[in-house]
Order: sequence, then structure tokens, then C-alpha cells
Amino acid sequence: MTAGLRARGLGKRYRRRWALTDCTLDVPSGRVVGLVGPNGAGKSTLLNLAVGVLTPTSGTIEVLGGRPASGAAQLAKVGYVAQDTPTYAGLSVADHMRLGARLNPAWDEALARRRIDRLGLDRGQKAGKLSGGQRAQLALTLGIAKRPELLILDEPVSSLDPLARREFLQDLMEAVAEQELTVVLSSHLVSDVDRACDYLIVLVDSRVQVCGDIEMLLATHHRLTGPRRDPASLPADQHVISASHTDRQSTLLIRTDGPILDPAWTVSRLTLEDLVLAYMRRPTDVERHDGPVLEVQR
Amino acid sequence: MIWLTWRQFRLQVLVIFAAVVTIAIAMAVTGSELLHAYHADTVGFLGQIVNDRVDKTLYLLGLALLYAAPSVIGAFWGAPLIARELEAGTHRLVWNQSITRSRWLAVKLALTGVAAMAATGLLSLAVSWWSSPIDQAVARGQSAGPFSFPRLFPIVYGARGVVPIGYTAFAFALGVAVGLLLRRSVPAIAITLAVVIAVQTAMPLAVRGHLIAPVRLTTAITTSNFTGLHGSGPPDRGPTLQGFTVRAGKPGDWVLSNQTINAQGVVPHTLPAWVADCFLPKQAAIGQGATRVKAPTPRLLDGCFTRLADAGFRQRVTYQPASRFWALQWRETAMFLTLALLLTGFCFWRVRRDLT
Amino acid sequence: METTVIEFHLDGGSGVSPYQQIVKQVRHALRLGLLRLGDQLPTVKDVVAQLAINPNTVLKAYRELEHDGLVAARPGVGTFITRELTDTTFAAQGPLRLDLERWLTKARRAGLDDESIEALFQSSFRSAGQADQEDIA
Repeated sequence: MTAGLRARGLGKRYRRRWALTDCTLDVPSGRVVGLVGPNGAGKSTLLNLAVGVLTPTSGTIEVLGGRPASGAAQLAKVGYVAQDTPTYAGLSVADHMRLGARLNPAWDEALARRRIDRLGLDRGQKAGKLSGGQRAQLALTLGIAKRPELLILDEPVSSLDPLARREFLQDLMEAVAEQELTVVLSSHLVSDVDRACDYLIVLVDSRVQVCGDIEMLLATHHRLTGPRRDPASLPADQHVISASHTDRQSTLLIRTDGPILDPAWTVSRLTLEDLVLAYMRRPTDVERHDGPVLEVQR
Repeated sequence: MIWLTWRQFRLQVLVIFAAVVTIAIAMAVTGSELLHAYHADTVGFLGQIVNDRVDKTLYLLGLALLYAAPSVIGAFWGAPLIARELEAGTHRLVWNQSITRSRWLAVKLALTGVAAMAATGLLSLAVSWWSSPIDQAVARGQSAGPFSFPRLFPIVYGARGVVPIGYTAFAFALGVAVGLLLRRSVPAIAITLAVVIAVQTAMPLAVRGHLIAPVRLTTAITTSNFTGLHGSGPPDRGPTLQGFTVRAGKPGDWVLSNQTINAQGVVPHTLPAWVADCFLPKQAAIGQGATRVKAPTPRLLDGCFTRLADAGFRQRVTYQPASRFWALQWRETAMFLTLALLLTGFCFWRVRRDLT
Repeated sequence: METTVIEFHLDGGSGVSPYQQIVKQVRHALRLGLLRLGDQLPTVKDVVAQLAINPNTVLKAYRELEHDGLVAARPGVGTFITRELTDTTFAAQGPLRLDLERWLTKARRAGLDDESIEALFQSSFRSAGQADQEDIA
């Protein structure tokens, strides 16, 4: 399977601060990837590097087998909806459609028109007069009707009301079903990632904390509750992600490929939110048994 | 991309070109009358039209517009070209369509830049054509009211020929570059305007005269070419004289310097005291301590001039002859076109780098 | 074109994964007789456009239903019901229901409240299910 996005030791520095450090990813194509992390963790930087707005300070990144923004053909393969879904305030909806048609050889006019009609947008309306949700939908239409192989969205719904947000995701998922699109979507809302994504990347403090197939991740991460125990005493193949203790009880979040045989533990499944929060809370300077990047692939 | 450039830009183009075409038509209509009057009475032409308020207004308007056009068009068309996209964030939209930044910039620069130069070119054509009878009359030595500057003179030169086109190209490229660096339209417009006006002012003062090596003429100071004395201090009580001015060349020439030099070929700080006594003999006091200065008789003057020549004093005049008008125009235009090209090259380099 | 007869919904707080919910809802509809032989399930595109979930989730659910023999996918056309579940008629369920009611009466007489009854039922249900799986494995 061709790689949707491949990064090796990718890093980006602004003056003195490293916005992204030593990032290695192998995202297969055909997935909907959720990119989560706190503000300032480097999500926008990673997406900007994938789209070619920024150039790496160290390492490499390859998108659909090519260097980002390396020519018109590469640009045609990758669609991008930037944060705050920018549109030309002075241009009408129809003008935006013409922009898409003129600047993209693979533009699907029928698809664009269908979407605009279904959204109920007035073609003559200037984009500056549309609501936030409508502008986001317009930007999404431009991204989808271009018929890319990969669509990158930088927190497209964070400033939208719940209904607009749901409608945006509905349309995005429909496009994925229709076009066999690979999507990389950065989001603050784990619930959205839970619904829509099947691949997860967690970015904290400019580093990748965990990345992999969501189903696999949920199958290999467990919550263990039981009598108080030192995490270091666990078998080697059980990697502790987070641990909390009372006088008598320990609650550990672990990752393991094998079965949990110790009868003292009560094992329960994690929700995606539990998993994400555990990795987001994990202190980045603590010495861990495993390396900083966890890859679980099908 | 051509469509997009036009769509983003059409209002400004239409406004400017409407204005230019209106002025061109006004000039075409009145200009033929002017030509007619010139051919009818060549000698008294300027004296005739100096009383016509319309002609005076149009003449001055022509000058003003052609000085304003490069900086205004350059600033208002050039500065927002990239800056407005960066300000609004729309570069994140348009630079991710299937078009590279280089191609995007190339089309935008080419179409807008050519339109800018065409607008100024058309304006210059209209104004230069309309003013040609006046310019020719002044070149013959006539002078009346505002119509007293030959084409080569700084104040008129920048409003004739191809030089405004060069300035426009420069101002436009500068605007784009400044907008790209500042990422904000309004400050970029302000800075571009300021720099272009500064350049337009500095150019005749410092550079233009030397684009082609000026003609240097050393001549004796005689009654026939003597036009004046300059110095400081009170004329009746021993003024310090610094130099003479003489008339040299033809009426249309642009005199850069007109200096008295001594026998060593150096410009003295002051002329010797006997010069003041010779050329400005004092009269007897007429009461209350005042003295009157009387101009010496021609015979006395001749004697003074001979004495001056014997002492080694000559006049050195540096000037650009009127015949060099077009040569200077092309050089200056080429200079600014080159600057514009360098600025454009910078823009292409910078726009391909990180711009979130 | 056949109109869709069933619409899915997602219960986000139930702890059951989305694809399992879809499978359950199809089975439930079959049991109630809402879905009949030959009915078409909503297309993946339509489900996804309504629920805003990943298409793979729907595909997985439909594959499992196909594996259970309840539906069949016709490429280019859609997914259709091939077997009904109302075969397990209420007739077979009658005696089971009576047994269950008797047991519930016993449990209440023993002093169990609703929560204890449910906890007892769940843990027995689960351990019985595990025992079944171990038997199979």
C-alpha cells in the first residue's frame, strides 16, 4: 500500500524553539487520520510541512510519494483546508467555484455544483457575508471538488457551532466514502476523532507520543486496577503509560501485545478519550522503557 | 490564473483607466487648438496662452499627474498584491490550488505590472503631446508665467517621455516587495509612497545630471555673457562677493553649475576685495550714514572685466545640452527598469520560502 | 431505486463500539420484522453522511452481517437482506420467558434489589459466554 504520509526524523525550528522534533510517521493511504494534541504541540506545523507551506529544518517528509508542494502535479494531489477556513471575502460563491475550476485541472464541476446546491448556498452571495459554518463548507467544497488523493484539514471545525460542526463532518465522511480519500484531520475534540477517524497521532510538546490504527491501539491498551503495586514490577512486555496510586490501590494504563495473566488485576477497556488523555498527560521527560514513538500497524 | 488576477483587480484597473482615458480625451481636444495657435503665431504664442486659465490649469495638472502616477499606482497596485493575501490568510487557499507560487506570482506581476506601465505610458503620451508646442516655444527662449521651464529641467522632465513608465515599474516592484516583507497592506502603501517620492526628488539633484557626462565649458567673463553677481553682506558697506553667473549654452539647456574659478582652477571662497570696489563703487554718503550703490558705466565695466581676466578669473559652466533629452530619458528609464527587475527577482525568491 | 427502510443511530455513551451498534440495530430490526427478505440496507455513503462516522466502520458492520449470513453484498447495487431472524419465533421463547419470570420472583423473595439482580445476571451472562468461547476454542 502506498504511503499516504511518510516522515523520517522530521523537525522544524523557529528561531530558537523547536516546534516539531524528531517526528517519524508511516501513515498508510486510505485512512482518516486524527491528529490530536494540546495547543502549541506542533499540529499546525506538521500539517504545514505536509502541505509544503513550510520546509523542514531537519529530516524529511513525503506525501503520496512526493515532496510537498514540489510542483503543480503534487499540489493537485493534496487538498488543504487551513485553520479558520480562509475564503476571499470579496468574491462570491460562484467566483470561488470558478477559481477552483480554473486553477485545478482535475476539478469536478458537477460535484461542486451538487454540494453547493445541497448546502443551499446562494451563488451570488459574497463569501464575506456567509456564516462561519457556510464558509467552512465552501472551503471544504473547494478542497473536495479538486479531487485530491489526500485532504488535509487544520482544525476546520473548532470555531463552528455544534450543528455546523456535525454537518461539516457528515459531508467530509461522505466524500471519503465516495472518493476513497485519505484524510488527515487535526482536532481538539476527541469525540469527533472517535466517530470519524481510524488512525490516530497524538502530538505533545513537539513530539509524537503515539500513532497507529485506532482499533489496534484500543485492543492493546488496557486499564489495570488492583492492589497497590510498583509499576516497575510488571512483566517486560507490559509498558506502563500512566500510573496512579492510593495507599491501597493502583490504577495503571498499560500497552501490551500479549494476554494479561495476573489474576490480581481487574482489566478494563479504554475509550479513545482515555487513551488520548493518558498520552497527553504523560510527562515527556520521564524515562520510559519504550521509545517516544509507538507504532502499531495492521 | 489570468481570470483570477482580473477578478481581484478589475475595480482598480477600471477606475485608473477611466481616469486616464478621460484626461487623454480632454488633452486631445484642447491640444489640437493649442497646436493651431502655435503654428498661427509662433513668436507670441506663450504670451497669448498665458492668459488662458484652462491652458494653465491643464499644463500644471499634466505635471502633477505624471509625478503622482508612478507612486500612486505603484503603491496602491503593488503593495497589496501579496500583502493583502497574507493579511487575509487567503494565500493558504490560493497557494494550495494546483498552481505553484512562482506561476501565481508571475501571472499577477506580469498582468498588473504591464497594466500599470500602460496606464502611465498613455498618460505620458497624452501630456507630452499636449505640451509639445509649449515645450518647443520655451526651447526657443520664450517664457511667460508658468510656461518657463524647458523639458530638460527637473520640474518638467519627470512628466515627459518614457521616464514616468520607468518610475512606475520601479514603484510597482517596490510596492510588491515591501508588501511581501511587511505582510500588511496599509504600512506597505505608506512606505512605498514615501520611498518613491524621495527617489523622485533625489534623482534630479544627485544622479540625473551625471547619467551622461555633462558638458564642461570654461569661458571668460565678459559684458556680453555676464548675468549677475552673488555674495553676502550689505551691498553698500563692503559686501563679500563669491562669484559671477554667466549665460552659457542655449535656452533649453540644463545648467548644473555656474562657478567662478581663479587662476589655479579652484573655486575661491570669496572674490578679492577690489572686485567689489570695481563693480559696485560706493557713492558719497547721502546723510544718516547711508551710502548708495551706483552701477558703473559700461566703459568702467569693461575695464573691470579685463582686469578680472588678467587676474586669471574665468567661469566654468557644467550643463546638459537640450539635445540630450531623449538620451537621458532612455538611460534613466533603463536604470529604473533594472531596479524593478532586481526587486521582482527578490520577490520570486522570497515568496517560495516559508510563509505561513 | 428502493427506498431505505432503516435508519441507524449511534449511542455515544453506551460503551459499545459503533460497528457493533450497527450490527445490533440490523439484527434487532430483523427480529422485529421491520427488515424483510430482499430489503436493501442503506448504502455506506448514506450511513456515513447521516452519522458522520468512518466508512470503514459501516463496512466492517456489513461484513460481519454478511459473515453471519444475514445479508449479501451485490457489487455496484447495494447490500440486501438474505435471511430473516423471526424464525426464532415467540413460540420457542414462550417457555424461556416463563422460566425467567419465575426466577425473577425467586430473586425478589430472596431480598435482591433491582441492581443486584442486574449485576448477578450480567456476571453470569458474561462468564457463561466465556465458557462457551472456551468450549469452542
